[in-house]
Amino acid sequence: MTSSVLLVREHESGGVQELPPDPGTTRRKRARFTPIVLLVPALIILAAVIGWPLVQLFVMSFQEFGRAQVFGADAPFVGLDNYARVLGDPQFWAVLGRSVLFCVANVITAMVLGTAVALLMNRVNRFFKTLVSVGLLLAWAMPALTATIVWGWMFDTQYGVVNYLMEAVSGQDFTNYSWLIDPFSFFVVATIIVTWGAVPFVAFTIFAGLTQVPDEVLEAAQLDGAGAWQRFRLIVFPYLRSIFVVVIILQVIWDLRVFTQIFALQGIGGIKEQTSTLGVYIYQTSIGGGDYGTGGAIAVIMVILMVAISVFYVRRSLREEEQ
Amino acid sequence: MSGVRTKRGTSILLGAASMVVFVFSVFPVYWMVNTSLQPNNEIRGSVPNFVPQHLTTANYETVIFDPGRAPFLPALGNSLMVTVSTVVIALVFAFLASLAVTRYRFRSRKTFIFAILIIQMIPAEAMIVSTYRVLDGWNLLNTIAGLTLVYVATVLPFTIWTLRGFVNGVPVELEESAMIDGCSRTGAFWRITFPLLAPGLVATGVFGFIQAWNEFLLALVVNSRPEMMTLPVWLRTFQQVTGTTNWAAIMAGSTLMAIPVIVFFLLVQGRMTSGLVSGAVKG
Repeated sequence: MTSSVLLVREHESGGVQELPPDPGTTRRKRARFTPIVLLVPALIILAAVIGWPLVQLFVMSFQEFGRAQVFGADAPFVGLDNYARVLGDPQFWAVLGRSVLFCVANVITAMVLGTAVALLMNRVNRFFKTLVSVGLLLAWAMPALTATIVWGWMFDTQYGVVNYLMEAVSGQDFTNYSWLIDPFSFFVVATIIVTWGAVPFVAFTIFAGLTQVPDEVLEAAQLDGAGAWQRFRLIVFPYLRSIFVVVIILQVIWDLRVFTQIFALQGIGGIKEQTSTLGVYIYQTSIGGGDYGTGGAIAVIMVILMVAISVFYVRRSLREEEQ
Repeated sequence: MSGVRTKRGTSILLGAASMVVFVFSVFPVYWMVNTSLQPNNEIRGSVPNFVPQHLTTANYETVIFDPGRAPFLPALGNSLMVTVSTVVIALVFAFLASLAVTRYRFRSRKTFIFAILIIQMIPAEAMIVSTYRVLDGWNLLNTIAGLTLVYVATVLPFTIWTLRGFVNGVPVELEESAMIDGCSRTGAFWRITFPLLAPGLVATGVFGFIQAWNEFLLALVVNSRPEMMTLPVWLRTFQQVTGTTNWAAIMAGSTLMAIPVIVFFLLVQGRMTSGLVSGAVKG
């Protein structure tokens, strides 16, 4: 390419054909600057509101930065002290372990249930398919915070509908059963809330993939005596492999950084020390505890973790788009 | 793959499973509305009312006119101002940027696309303190402008990515033929391509609206003063202030906050499902 800017035809397939260069030199000169000019507003906003704070965050993570510094005191550089403190703190490892465990549990639950619902939608008639779609869309549309507060009410100790139903179904005594006070059942409730919101996305995406699987192949396999599980494992799954990878990565990213559901649920009645995940822990250390330097170090670790996963995902989706 | 034959017993089982999925998905939404329409003393019985016994709008009146220490109407006003400004600014900026990356080929084009997708993945949880300090330095804490600025940056990557898909969908040949007929490049764009993009702009804008409307963490940190709260921060504050004594009013507040989102979401979801997969956004 001789000139850095050329008017191109970019088809959906990604094929690119260069148009012959414009004969008028003035026009060409203008064209060279146009894309940069078009990008400037977006670049300025992103640099100012994401880039600049990101730089500040890195700097802050190497400083002693407490409440005094917020009010104008000098912030002395302390080298890797903040990182050493974070990495030597058993509480940090407990939080990290808890976050990873919560993430894994939620991703597996959402993937299994989402896939099951997608397969179900694929098998039932139009009426039931519409019914399921409407339900899923409602759950998907619900804001995370509203959903958490509503589930919090449903799991209410005294008047919650869940305790009533549990008692009616199991026959055991659930009067005044407190779900949020015990860390394990707290995370069971959190998992229900997160999964409830995540299943629609997983189900719709996988369902869209399922419609690409050719009928003839499945019928042939059935005639050859393949059972339902074999048909799924040997035919459907290979077709959907790349969709599964993308959906799993996205779920990992979303669940690892979960904040709203945990934070709001703690506000309804959880024990903070035993239920905090990474995002909530940063909030508590910085905003709650006033130790911005340490909070910054945890935040940097989190950014590196998330970006590492994202690079893998972004590379993959850009490559797929070009094919 | 619907061609696989199904026995009658299996199909009854599948129908039942569909009902279970439906009930499980809808129940929390139903329960929110159901609770919000009952007098507070009637939801505090040993047996919950699965249908309201005495329909009332009292809870909505409490939320709107008599919410005590967490006023609803100012929060609604703040939310509307912030979300609408965010959507308008983000759409304009993203639209220009998406033209640059689709209609022109330049050296750093791929880097730019890669960068916005990565920026998309930087967790807000990690950015709260430095964002707070940067806004503080600009005297923009507890202002509509400050929160709008933060939200524009938050929704911009997704908006650029999605609009880029829509612009790619309009063949550049249409513009070229208009240019052959004597239109300027800009004129061709505004007369030919822009009208074809309108549905895409609306859908993308609605998604930006939902994201900004639902955002909780940054608003909690950056606009913490009571009169500057947005609806999500208000809802959480109202829930904290009310405690567990008036769940009916809290459910009325939740309903008021969720309804615009649900309506908008149902309007645009079909158009956006594919964009969601590639753009990777969730409220």
